Amino acid sequence: MNRRLMAFLTLLLGIVPPAFAEGSGSIDSGDTAWMLTSTALVLFMTPGLALFYGGMVRSKNVLGTIMHSVFAMGLVGIHWVVIGYSLSFSKGNSFIGGFSHAFLNGVGVEPMGSIPHLAFVAFQGMFAIITPALITGAFAERMKFRAYVAFVLLWTTVVYAPVCHWVWASDGWLFKLGALDFAGGTVVHMSSGFSALVAAIYIGRRVGYPKDQILPNSLIWTVLGAGMLWFGWFGFNGGSALASGALATLAFVTTQIAAAAAAMAWAFAERIRTGKVTVLGVASGMVAGLVAVTPASGFVGPMAALAIGLAAGVICYWAICLKPRFGYDDSLDVFGVHGVGGTLGALLTGVFASTYWNANGKDGLLLGNFDPLLVQALSVVATAAYAAAATWIILKLIDIAGGVRISQAEEREGLDLTQHGETAYHL
Amino acid sequence: MKKVEAFIRPHLVEDVRAALTDAGVKGLSVLEARGFGHQRGHTEFYRGAEYQVLFVNKVKIEAVVLDDQIDAVVSALLRVARTGKVGDGKIFVSTVDDAIRIRTGESGNAAL
Repeated sequence: MNRRLMAFLTLLLGIVPPAFAEGSGSIDSGDTAWMLTSTALVLFMTPGLALFYGGMVRSKNVLGTIMHSVFAMGLVGIHWVVIGYSLSFSKGNSFIGGFSHAFLNGVGVEPMGSIPHLAFVAFQGMFAIITPALITGAFAERMKFRAYVAFVLLWTTVVYAPVCHWVWASDGWLFKLGALDFAGGTVVHMSSGFSALVAAIYIGRRVGYPKDQILPNSLIWTVLGAGMLWFGWFGFNGGSALASGALATLAFVTTQIAAAAAAMAWAFAERIRTGKVTVLGVASGMVAGLVAVTPASGFVGPMAALAIGLAAGVICYWAICLKPRFGYDDSLDVFGVHGVGGTLGALLTGVFASTYWNANGKDGLLLGNFDPLLVQALSVVATAAYAAAATWIILKLIDIAGGVRISQAEEREGLDLTQHGETAYHL
Repeated sequence: MKKVEAFIRPHLVEDVRAALTDAGVKGLSVLEARGFGHQRGHTEFYRGAEYQVLFVNKVKIEAVVLDDQIDAVVSALLRVARTGKVGDGKIFVSTVDDAIRIRTGESGNAAL
């Protein structure tokens, strides 16, 4: 059980778990300062993602691709305070929260753990914003804008909120089973990764894929975006301690180590396979390591993070190299990085978790306990199956209501001009 | 009056400009071009996938010179733009009927 959950338990049930007693009941200024900082760091990841994805598409689709991330900052930002937070975290059943916090009803600056309740709402809201934005790389360069808007609203309601509730709310069923997800390996990365796979298959390949030359317009943007993601991820994982101090430091450092290790592992793997180390490979490796360490970051030690990062770099690269054999067009490899990396991280959390590093965590397979790995595997299967099925249904409904995909003529002209009436480069 | 159109390697454009100036050329145009010849394309890797880039970046130089300059211009190009590897490019020479300077209306050799 991590501190985020305890804080929530404290608020909901009015009980104070012993390990958490010292911080509860009053607001700590240091903890609040770190959480507000972390919230801003996580927000910064979304424009980072916009650039990460924006650099990889063709120049006629740069703005449309960036829009898929930055529009969510407004759209989900509102959804979260109207209904998203309540469905995710208010008291409900084991599947989904209720409506008691709709429109932030009953949410104020009262202490939740050692931070104000509203700080918790804001921090969690940033996760809800970036998660659907991650999916958009799968249907890049061919999605109708209004279909995207409908998709993000429905997906946040029907997939994000329930899965978040399962794992992080005290009455969620995976929480009660003891699934370990420190900062969103299942909630954020697996849910988005498997949804992305389904979305890529549902919407179909881009015109000309894989025959035509579909080359990145500028990998410079992609590297800048990857750097912003790494920077923001310190808040994503470090902030998931929901307090400043020892646990936040552990998550911060494991995040750093895993990102570095995965970047090097990816570079090494592609050097062996193709003879060259690419900039896109190093940037992708960073993100793969960050994804994989996310569920583990507050439950494992630094050397476990090194192992997780190395594994993520090699395995995600391998997953991406396999993609062409299956024929689907997950354009920006959301499944290969977030689906595969998230699954790997969730499972390895069950292997490397240690109560030496987090007394509220578990001892995993390496310390002789098989059960945590089983629970992790169950959370993986449940999240993947649910996210995939729900995404298919959402896309089907949008398709019936007005179509998911732009016309071939529009696709040839590009998203920027046809969907937004703008052009990225007037050079 | 002759027109010289030369496709050369982009990184040699400064050297070629200097050599042609020495050969007496008073003005030229530089155009960025993409195309293929015997060099064909090259291979790029993105996320493990291999892409055959079919059109190679070249620079096209255009200059109109006096009839008696053409041999010096061509030999300057051959000297400077040649690396000896496939992809050094080609030179095309053609005859030009006339040239007119817009500012003054002068024509013929005087306009060059």
